[in-house]
Amino acid sequence: MGANIAETSEGKTWDGGSAKPMGASYGKMMMWFFIVSDALTFSGFLAAYGLTRFKFIDVWPIADEVFTHFPFLHGVHAPMYYVALMTFILIFSSVTMVLAVDAGHHMNKKKVTFYMFLTIIGGIIFVGSQAWEWKNFIQGSYGAVQLKDGKIVQFVKDGHQIALSDFVVADHIEEQHTRNNGLWFEKGETIPTYTVQEVLTGFKAHPSIQLRIEKINPETKQKIVVSREEGLKFLSRAARVVEGANLEVNEYGSSQFADFFFFITGFHGFHVFSGIVLNVIVFFNVLIGTYEKRGHYEMVEKVGLYWHFVDLVWVFVFTFFYLI
Amino acid sequence: MGNEAAHKAIIWKVFGILSVITLVEVVLGIVKPDFLFRTQFLGTSLLNQLFLILTLVKAYYIVWYFMHLGDENKSFKYSIVLPLVILIPYLATLLMIEGDYVFDAVAAYTNWKY
Repeated sequence: MGANIAETSEGKTWDGGSAKPMGASYGKMMMWFFIVSDALTFSGFLAAYGLTRFKFIDVWPIADEVFTHFPFLHGVHAPMYYVALMTFILIFSSVTMVLAVDAGHHMNKKKVTFYMFLTIIGGIIFVGSQAWEWKNFIQGSYGAVQLKDGKIVQFVKDGHQIALSDFVVADHIEEQHTRNNGLWFEKGETIPTYTVQEVLTGFKAHPSIQLRIEKINPETKQKIVVSREEGLKFLSRAARVVEGANLEVNEYGSSQFADFFFFITGFHGFHVFSGIVLNVIVFFNVLIGTYEKRGHYEMVEKVGLYWHFVDLVWVFVFTFFYLI
Repeated sequence: MGNEAAHKAIIWKVFGILSVITLVEVVLGIVKPDFLFRTQFLGTSLLNQLFLILTLVKAYYIVWYFMHLGDENKSFKYSIVLPLVILIPYLATLLMIEGDYVFDAVAAYTNWKY
């Protein structure tokens, strides 16, 4: 029965008693208990996300309208494909990790090295992909306008969302100040490409463009497109142009949307990063023969547990942020 | 050792199951079939309930086979699974109910007519 679990040589007991508590070694049990605590932490975050989403259930942004980018396919509307690929990559790195653990049980140093190397590469690709998703999210795709009471309005034409650059002309000059320009410098906010006045002019000049508000029609589950008349009423209360996303405002909808996205995927990404660091350390130890000398590869198993936990959390984050 | 091949076979089989489930989830997420998407059940759409169930199935496979929890002692298994299975659904249920209530109480006061 112990065939799937490494037999350690640290003695049958944890320095006393007559049997290993619950049949597990100290290191492995502690890793599992840490994973339980971390799982509860992430559950707390995801439950908070669920509560906030239910609170704003009629205006929450629709995921496959926000995450539509795919590397090297500029301008192509690819909802969810890249995030699905990221999920596969992480699952695959989990598989290579488990194969490394398996090879460790048979004291096969070469195979352990090979599979751990693949796991690390998978992890690096995942973190890189997540960073790229963040970049696209922060940069924004279409641009929107924020009203005086905080609502976000977007623009559609023929049923599809269009970018501000498609109908607005920037004919003002406002320089973003840099440190070179002044004696006493404070950076201030990034200046958007267009002013509210320019957006209004562009909107009035193109009668085929309509306004889309955050509110979702409960029957069609789509955001409501308002008439030209109503659209002008909304725009009369415009406060500023919003391009991209930061913790205070974003072009997709409620600021909570971006805040939770950054916080939870950031926390998860940090866990992936620390997992990669741990994997690299163990990888080098495998290479120099530490575990051969020790007589067992239990360290690979322990770090494998952490890596699988990271994969597990991603499975849930993926479901709650992108699918549901 | 015959066991070695059997272990690797299980690993690849679980990978296959996880991949298929993920593929199904992604396809459903993109297509969003009307019947599942429009029908509400227990506060959310049938599609979302399906996603939740599939995700829990994936979690089971990862924890049981990849993390080898299935091979540990019964008492150890329980010491990991029971706290999570008790605490997480409890917290989630309470918060979902609260969030729903706050929406009912507050959303009516948002002004959509100017």
